[in-house]
Amino acid sequence: MASWSELPLKYRLLIGFYRWRTLTSTPWAKLAVPLREARVALVTSAGLYRPGIDRDFGGGDGGDITMRLLPSDTPLGSLVVGQSSDAFDRTDVERDMNLALPLDRLRELQALGEVGSVAPRVVSFNGSMLAPGRFVRDTAPQVVEALRADLVHAALFVPV
Amino acid sequence: MCTQSVGLLAAEVEKAGIPTACIALVRSVAETLRAPRMLAVPFRFGHALGQPNDADGQRAVLRALLGLLASPGPGPVLVDYGPR
Repeated sequence: MASWSELPLKYRLLIGFYRWRTLTSTPWAKLAVPLREARVALVTSAGLYRPGIDRDFGGGDGGDITMRLLPSDTPLGSLVVGQSSDAFDRTDVERDMNLALPLDRLRELQALGEVGSVAPRVVSFNGSMLAPGRFVRDTAPQVVEALRADLVHAALFVPV
Repeated sequence: MCTQSVGLLAAEVEKAGIPTACIALVRSVAETLRAPRMLAVPFRFGHALGQPNDADGQRAVLRALLGLLASPGPGPVLVDYGPR
């Protein structure tokens, strides 16, 4: 388990006062097909992007609420971590992007017949945001639209 | 913060009819949030899948995450990833 004690002091102070969100109700959708037939999408909060192609993620008050859609055949080694937070050590993620975006692993499970297919695009956003209201209101519908357009059956979410 | 962000986004995706499963790096945040399906992992920040270049270990985490999609529901479903 990650522990707050890993974090720099400024974050530990902040976390003591932070109002963690609670969903008023928990939505529930059922998987429409067996996993071995399902098209599965990955969503990462590492703010991964393709330099020279995608816009970098910024910081600013409340964080950068935008998202990037990356083709799933993008070489993992060509991606850059755009996460604005210095609350985690990114050395290992940069060494192996599967820690934030396990595309190689998902493809292996597809090859083994455990999942149907890998969605053609992954969703990438910068999860470092204190005030997520605008993100939920403005960005989440874009994510839903992209996942629907890609006809995915399920989505897996990976934080950093 | 990321555990909360992915959970909030997942809830919106789930509302749209697409089932979701999230890795949670901080169990207390997952408990408070009550997102549909979360897998609490015993790893540090930046290590949601475990160790770098450990394909077997990472695949095991991903399998556990995919396994949550078979939960009968209703949520929230919060499962601890076991030691391997």
